[in-house]
Amino acid sequence: MTTSSKVRAEQEAKIRRELEAGGSHEVPDPRAGLEAFGRDIYAYHDLDVLQRLVAMQGSAGANIRSIDELLDRDRQREQDGFPRKISVGRLIKPGKRGKEKVVIVPTTVEEKLLHDTSFRSEEERSHGGSGEGEEGEVIGEQPVREEEQPGAAGPGQGEGGPHEMESNAYDLGRILTEKFKLPNLKDKGKKRSLTRYTYDLTDLHRGFGQLLDKKATLRKILETNLHLGNIPDVGHIDPSRFLVAPDDKVYRVLSPEKDYESQALVFFLRDYSGSMEGQSTVLVVSQHVMIYSWLVYQYAMQVETRFILHDTQAKEVPDFYTYYNSKVAGGTQVSSAYTLVNEIVERENLARDYNIYVFHGTDGDDWDHDGTQCIPQLKKMLSYANRVGITIAQHAHEEGPRTEVEKYIRQSGLLEDKPKLLRLDAMREDADEPRLIEGIKTLIAD
Amino acid sequence: MELINQHTKKIMEGCKQRAADAGLRFEKETLEYLVTNRDLLELTPKLMIPTLYDYWVHEVEVLKEKGRYELYPNNPYETVINTRPAISYYNDNNPDWMNVMIFYHVLAHIDFFQNNLYFRHTWDYDFTGQALSDKRMIAQLRSEKGRWVDYVIEFARSIDNLVGFHAELGRLSRAPETSRSRMLDYYFDRFLQTVRMVKTGEYIKEIERYNACRRESPELGEQAFFAEVFRKYPEFDSLYKKSLETKPASRQDLMQFILQHSEFLNKERNRWMKPVVEVVRKTTLFFQPQIRTKIMNEGWASYWHEQLFLKDDRICGHEVDFSRTHAGVTAMPRVGLNPYALGMRMFQYIADQGDTGRHTPEFRKLTDAWEREHYDRHTGGGRNLLFKVRENLNDFLFVNTFVDQDFVNRFRLFVAGRRLNPAKGVWEIYVKSRSAEDYRAMLLDGLYHPPCIEIDQPKTGNGNLCLVHRFEGKPLVREFIANTLLGIEYLWGKPVQLETSEIVRAGPAPGPAVLPGMQMSLSEERKQREMKWQRVRYTMQDRKLTREVL
Repeated sequence: MTTSSKVRAEQEAKIRRELEAGGSHEVPDPRAGLEAFGRDIYAYHDLDVLQRLVAMQGSAGANIRSIDELLDRDRQREQDGFPRKISVGRLIKPGKRGKEKVVIVPTTVEEKLLHDTSFRSEEERSHGGSGEGEEGEVIGEQPVREEEQPGAAGPGQGEGGPHEMESNAYDLGRILTEKFKLPNLKDKGKKRSLTRYTYDLTDLHRGFGQLLDKKATLRKILETNLHLGNIPDVGHIDPSRFLVAPDDKVYRVLSPEKDYESQALVFFLRDYSGSMEGQSTVLVVSQHVMIYSWLVYQYAMQVETRFILHDTQAKEVPDFYTYYNSKVAGGTQVSSAYTLVNEIVERENLARDYNIYVFHGTDGDDWDHDGTQCIPQLKKMLSYANRVGITIAQHAHEEGPRTEVEKYIRQSGLLEDKPKLLRLDAMREDADEPRLIEGIKTLIAD
Repeated sequence: MELINQHTKKIMEGCKQRAADAGLRFEKETLEYLVTNRDLLELTPKLMIPTLYDYWVHEVEVLKEKGRYELYPNNPYETVINTRPAISYYNDNNPDWMNVMIFYHVLAHIDFFQNNLYFRHTWDYDFTGQALSDKRMIAQLRSEKGRWVDYVIEFARSIDNLVGFHAELGRLSRAPETSRSRMLDYYFDRFLQTVRMVKTGEYIKEIERYNACRRESPELGEQAFFAEVFRKYPEFDSLYKKSLETKPASRQDLMQFILQHSEFLNKERNRWMKPVVEVVRKTTLFFQPQIRTKIMNEGWASYWHEQLFLKDDRICGHEVDFSRTHAGVTAMPRVGLNPYALGMRMFQYIADQGDTGRHTPEFRKLTDAWEREHYDRHTGGGRNLLFKVRENLNDFLFVNTFVDQDFVNRFRLFVAGRRLNPAKGVWEIYVKSRSAEDYRAMLLDGLYHPPCIEIDQPKTGNGNLCLVHRFEGKPLVREFIANTLLGIEYLWGKPVQLETSEIVRAGPAPGPAVLPGMQMSLSEERKQREMKWQRVRYTMQDRKLTREVL
């Protein structure tokens, strides 16, 4: 078998696997399975069990207040020659099942020499149980989601989830910018006015208003008195002799102001094909959380986001939750997502008003393996986007240094032609957090 | 935080009286506080010890998923802490009947703290008082040395799970020195066992020969005995003399060893670090017995709050409320382990065993199923046996001794497993085994058990610190090794080596067929892969980690 036909055969096998696997993209049901399963004896404690006193966690807000101090400490550690200890971007789920909130907090871990039990596979593990049932009898079922969903690795979800995300993303962005020295954005295009207004006490109004402008009033009084001939010697003014007309009082009143902040629109594209199962999805999504946060910070919350998922077809989803939690299934057509972005931008005439960023996360598989459909769409996208960043989370078992997407993008020469506009970062799916942040730098740095 | 009111305190005193009458033994004085959520916010990072030293990690969300319970030898959310007087915390809107139940639970915990021998080292002082003075000392040092105090705390904490808890207990309950001759001790304890490595039969023969010599002549018997020994083992005399010269090596844990032998810590300008390390060591030692008696402690408290509550005449009319709460605490989950439920049933089982005389060798020798089932000697020794168990066992011994097939059958326990059903795309939970052996193994496997890391003294001679991880079928968490060794190197001041076992990764696995929505291929592949172990040595030198395969 020649090399190319071998490649083709692998290709086909991959496609077939994705086709045959079936599955669907629904957002998993957060319903709890068998509650106590896998909960070990040390997870029980008196306060909760006897008195229903929940173990408290400091709120994210309280944590953020001391974040500056923490980051200083962390920087100091590096200067003292010790590794940094604070990590961010972890999403935790405090509270009871079903009522989780998404919060982003600085975290750390105390490292010790410990036994690692994870080398045993799930099927070799044993749990406790009681009640009826013959040996071998199935007594319950649990959805597989916990193992395959990014949801298990991070964000849980409940009421108010997406909102919570928003308010904390700003802080995360700040932390990322400060801690990891992510670059600040250059001020671009502050000229475009938006249809947004902020209200400020800027307009002057004579006679009445909300705030007396003393300086302007005095000037007005002086003017009136000059006209009246009430000031004999301009070099020696006696204010006590002033005559004050009601109209002389100048006030400031609330008025709408046009906002000239530059604004960003970010497209997040995620490959949710069957091959993205497991770690690669976790990686892509956590990186997107961080990029999102960084942009929220950079644009002082003035960021609009659009979320697009694709397998062989692309669709837009309304919120980050759906984006984050949708299950993987199906095949892969990268071009479908790019086409959709182009369509949206064109249809809504977005290029005029926004700085547009596109971030795409994939494992690098594409049925369109030489990029014939993808590259033209990408070129089109580059004509209006401020930055297109592609993250490839390469499967650990994949052989060879490059994935299809990486190969055809490199071959197209776009990376060299438009280094300011297009960035690509390929990492192994087992990359750690520092590597992830390194990746963000590659994607967003000037 | 404020004390409970007089009304509630009076209820507590009534509980104490009844508990003491039932046979529980505890110190009279106790402190009960009402806590609000705000108090808990401050207390939980400090493990419910209000006076624990400050440390910045307490203020940060700590990631605990990985090895959460292995990392911390304590439960941060206890209602009662093992101090003198014992302090317990209450929600301020508990109804009286519920407080009665909780008081009994708390009193049983206090009884356990103050009588179980694994807590022996905490009996002679008040931990909160000690912690307060330590906290002040650390605050004082922090004002002088700044962040370096926190580094020392951090590095000391990184090895605090390796503390020699059992050695500490051993020191407290050492058998009194024998008045026998040291030559005799040496002969039987060391020479025969470690030098000659004789078989058991031969060993017993020697004991019999010694006893015979003594019977013949109480004064000269020993001499006669050794005359024979010298003839049989000509080398004995010189070996014995040599053994007198070498002092028996005392077993020190890593923290003690570093404290005593680290040149870095013993330099004049670094001496202030030693008390900090000692504070961390003391704190971890204090918490050690709690995690090692979790099932017993909670079982004991649940057993007694049930027994005592139902007999309490003051709360008539609240039986239904109690039953509901009690069942919530102590119901056996269909799958999963609940230490309250399991422990309580074990104590009930033990009481039965004692009452019927089934814990005796006579019963154990019985093989006839009918006889075993109907065995009852009406010995009534249940209560006695309970208190003995409470005094002398920890979770390991408790489970190992009393989880037998009768127990497993009586409470219909089983080991649950989880397997993938690829057709339905779900995990199936199924009954894996109903044998006591498997159930016991499952329980024991889940118990707190930090790795055993010893100091290789001969190799440590030239300044390097050589640590050896005793292999127990599990590797160490690899990501944590670098930073932990870095901390040890800092405290030791010289290179540190760690020998451990790791799984040999079979070459890159052939591309597994990844099916969306399931991990079948992965676990199957893992099952097929045979576990191969190898010894590796990590070396931390100048804050750089290297790894070599031995």
